[in-house]
Amino acid sequence: MADQLSLAFSALADPTRRAILARLANGECTVGELAKPFAMSGPAVSKHLRVLERAGLVARGRDAQRRPVRLLAAPIKEVAEWADGYRAFWDASYNRLDAYLNHLMSERRNDDPPK
Amino acid sequence: MIPRSDAVTRHETIYSTPTDRELVITRTFDAPRSLVWTVFTDAKHVPNWHIGPAGFTMPICEIDLRPGGVFRYVWRTPQGREFTATGVYREIDPPKRLVYATSNNGHEQTSTTTFTEEDGRTTVTVELLFPNKTVRDQGIPYAKVGTEANYARLDQYLAAHI
Repeated sequence: MADQLSLAFSALADPTRRAILARLANGECTVGELAKPFAMSGPAVSKHLRVLERAGLVARGRDAQRRPVRLLAAPIKEVAEWADGYRAFWDASYNRLDAYLNHLMSERRNDDPPK
Repeated sequence: MIPRSDAVTRHETIYSTPTDRELVITRTFDAPRSLVWTVFTDAKHVPNWHIGPAGFTMPICEIDLRPGGVFRYVWRTPQGREFTATGVYREIDPPKRLVYATSNNGHEQTSTTTFTEEDGRTTVTVELLFPNKTVRDQGIPYAKVGTEANYARLDQYLAAHI
């Protein structure tokens, strides 16, 4: 069995699934309610929900009619803590590197002898 | 002085976890490969960028770039705490490929960095291979350095609910 963190991490890699989780952060809702803001069909949303459910990020209610979806916070917290550390470090470093490379290249151009 | 970064083209950083022992970080830069290789491997350049969030510094950067050579990075946080990373270079193939091993609580970890160039742009792929999942998740010092806005909406949720 794949570990929970990897499942959660790959589930979170998709922006639609992150948006679904953000919506669920405001409270549980049905598949139909979830589908509306995303202009997606019910089956398409259900497909994303299955991925999120397998990752332990959401659970479906018992009410047979509505089967409301709710957010489970623990795996998100684990992923956020783990991934954000790396992201915080590398994103900041790489964004700085863009500027630094640009600076080095303009220095090189200035050093070129006039033609 | 380094110019303000908002005037510069910025490509997305891609993070993936192909297995639960790996983290792969991919990023493209608008610069030739020879220059990107230099800023990754020269102690004169590394402390100018490889320092994480604002306020961090790298007071010590030692690089002995040859197979068997050692590198040592010391980062200092805004609070004055220090993190050290040391490792041994295993393979050096300029300007294409760099392999080094680091040690974390007695566990060895191998990292491979590849540099590819296309149309004057360079893509850097950093592959971190961890001895086990626990070490990966600890991710010292990277996992200890604050948060970022990538999962902005999730962050908001976490702040409000956890």
